[in-house]
Amino acid sequence: MAEKFEAVVVGAGPAGLAAAYELARNGTQVLVLERGKFPGAKNVTGGILYGQSNSPFNLDYLFPDFEKKAPLERDIKSYVMHNIAGDKVKSMDITRLHDHKTSYAWSVLRVPFDKWFGERVHREAEKHGGGILTNVRAKAPLEDGNRIVGVVTDELDPIKADVVIAADGATSDLVRTAGLRGWGPEEHWFQGVKVVARMPRTLLEQRFNVSGREGSGHLFAGDLFGGCRGGGFLYTNKDTLSVGTVFHLDSITAKKTEPHKYLDRLIKHPFFTNLTGGHYDEAEYSAKLIPDGKKNALRFPYRDNLLAVGDAAGQMKAAGPIIKGMNLGITAGILAAQAFLTAKRQRRLHHMGPLYGSYLANSYVGSELFGKRLLRWLAGWRLPNKMLEGFVTRPRFIRSKFGQKRIQRMVSSYRLASIAPDNDFVYVGLPTAVGRAIGDRVESELPAAKTRPIDDRIAALTYDTDIGREHIVVRDASVAASGLAVMTCPVSSPDSSRGCYRLEKARDASGRESRRVVLDTQPCVECGTCAIVAATDWNTPRGGKGVQYQLG
Amino acid sequence: MHSMNTVVLVKGVPDFREGKVSFKEDNTLNRGATPTVLNPNDRLALAAALELKVKHGGSVRLVSMGPPNYKTILREAMEVCGDEAYLLSDRMMGGADTLATAETIAAGIRKIGLPDLVIAGFKSADGETGQTGPQTAWVLDFPIITHVVSLEVDEKARLVRARRTAGDDIEEIEAPLPCFIVTDPGFTAVFRSATNRLRLLRLGEETVARASKIDSVFKMWGVADLGVDPKKIGLKGSPTIVNKVEPIPVAAKERTAQVVDAKDAGQLDEVARRIVQLVRG
Repeated sequence: MAEKFEAVVVGAGPAGLAAAYELARNGTQVLVLERGKFPGAKNVTGGILYGQSNSPFNLDYLFPDFEKKAPLERDIKSYVMHNIAGDKVKSMDITRLHDHKTSYAWSVLRVPFDKWFGERVHREAEKHGGGILTNVRAKAPLEDGNRIVGVVTDELDPIKADVVIAADGATSDLVRTAGLRGWGPEEHWFQGVKVVARMPRTLLEQRFNVSGREGSGHLFAGDLFGGCRGGGFLYTNKDTLSVGTVFHLDSITAKKTEPHKYLDRLIKHPFFTNLTGGHYDEAEYSAKLIPDGKKNALRFPYRDNLLAVGDAAGQMKAAGPIIKGMNLGITAGILAAQAFLTAKRQRRLHHMGPLYGSYLANSYVGSELFGKRLLRWLAGWRLPNKMLEGFVTRPRFIRSKFGQKRIQRMVSSYRLASIAPDNDFVYVGLPTAVGRAIGDRVESELPAAKTRPIDDRIAALTYDTDIGREHIVVRDASVAASGLAVMTCPVSSPDSSRGCYRLEKARDASGRESRRVVLDTQPCVECGTCAIVAATDWNTPRGGKGVQYQLG
Repeated sequence: MHSMNTVVLVKGVPDFREGKVSFKEDNTLNRGATPTVLNPNDRLALAAALELKVKHGGSVRLVSMGPPNYKTILREAMEVCGDEAYLLSDRMMGGADTLATAETIAAGIRKIGLPDLVIAGFKSADGETGQTGPQTAWVLDFPIITHVVSLEVDEKARLVRARRTAGDDIEEIEAPLPCFIVTDPGFTAVFRSATNRLRLLRLGEETVARASKIDSVFKMWGVADLGVDPKKIGLKGSPTIVNKVEPIPVAAKERTAQVVDAKDAGQLDEVARRIVQLVRG
């Protein structure tokens, strides 16, 4: 007979841990399964943990003392957008946009943060016969007939539960195997690559004009990313910088580009060199798929007693350059827990899915992800966009006092940002035009930063490899089917022989030569990109195996 | 529910790891300069005891024989698993061979009270005789299963079922409790239930905490405490005579190598012929 827990949470990231904590502190016996060696081992973030002033269900709802106790980096108080056109840069303050319904905005590194969070959850869950188990990979729901009644793992016997919370991230095995969502097309995803670079604290505070626990955020857009729709970011941590780029995945594949090369281009730009005083000391490279919430978020993130939260449910909001993910996940986690608790109290467990759905819909998570559909649709019309572009990007307009005021207001408006379409004009056209028309020419006497080649980035990562048990299998090795992975995989490069994907010449019996795609899963960072851009059977590695971030 | 009482035998050995071990000029071990650590194989015996404690509850008692400073060895062992630690220490126990050691340890175990299982690791890293365990089983008159890679206990039937390596085969052996188990270096504890894994985590934390305050669960017994026949222990009780210790011959500093083209089948055949010649002598 399968053992039974009242609740099983899959994934010890912020969303899953929030759910688990809310359940445990209300007396629920909750088991958290994490496939990494510790919470955070598989996690990276683009940067900011927001607090929403329009919701009570933030991290402080669980831990009123978190700002004192949690390993946070800096509270991001100022936010600047740098519009780049060649060597010209125009910086615009967008703190107002950043501050919209924001009660705090902490930059975090996920390994220390998730470890702390996990420790707190484990202590609470232990009191009720639960806790966190690491090195366990839940791969599918346990089904009885057609109903989900628990989870199936690689390492343990099947486990039954009254509620299963799928918080297993963007590459969620559970959401896929439960039939809630497939990988979907490239248009449904962003891909982010990031480096964490060390910087002595005093130098960092001096260069970025920050002090105490406060920090600043910087965004980069314009023509330095080859027309890819997306941009770069820099967040100040205590004594490190989180620097990365995020692009629409379909944009990266369309341009057949290597994402890490654009990141390097940002880091080598003279403006960046001046910003950092020429100091660049790379500590860790990482990559992640980010669900584009407006296309990827699940309208009904539940089936039977399985509730999906966080990235697993596609709960990510990009309001223009403001990226919110962790806070949505935490809120969703709390709401999922409350839906279960209420359903249990009412003795209507079958009701918990719709209840969770309605809690979500009534919270900012629902309105951020599903609100303003009509406006968004309208804002996406091609002709008005073209006309607007033609008007707004005229240098005469940008140079005029009136024009600058308009543009500043445009880029500071959360309302506009949250309905802005994903077109070239928004991501590339406007910032480039602004940079070109009113940017200052930037030169640097300092030498450009030495970025690491991809081989060195892989070599600096920690892995527990699972030789002989490849978690990804290429189904079709033809260049047509899987060739894109060589470029798009963040740990592959045509210049490298050590990455995941490369092209190989093969000769058939008749002596005809052809090229095919070969895969070595050893350097895999488990981002999921190749599941979408190549013909693969994609799974997460079994518990404890694969990449293990040190910073995140 | 009846719960399992287990005794684990542990031993201190020189730390043979690179950077820790120190040799004298004549290639013999420099004991004074080499730290003493828990015998690596004993960790598997402790893992086996921990597995049983997770699955059946009960207590795990650690027993060792050695000088008083072996308390640190027992603490190291307790960090893996252990509720109480017993050090059998007396000048009269010095110079013991494996049989005299077995007599001493068996006396210690009898004084504690006969357990359901005694578990020892596979060979110590210094003597490498692999005799103390079996001889202790003999003195206690326990059945013994060696080379155990996994085991389970049926409390109701008072049986232990163990899988042991025997050459290329795995044998499954059943024995009545009480029984003596020697773990193989390939021993693995198996936890397939989440409940047991959670208990493992908790017991792990508890035992680490206990080890840091070992004094409250530590006892040191001398010959008088054990009430053992002095003729059976120490140098007097040791029939083994060490005739001679020979150093391991040192390999020649310079050797000649012949380079072979790996693509040339003829040359490879020649290599194979030479190897066959050398093996046949």
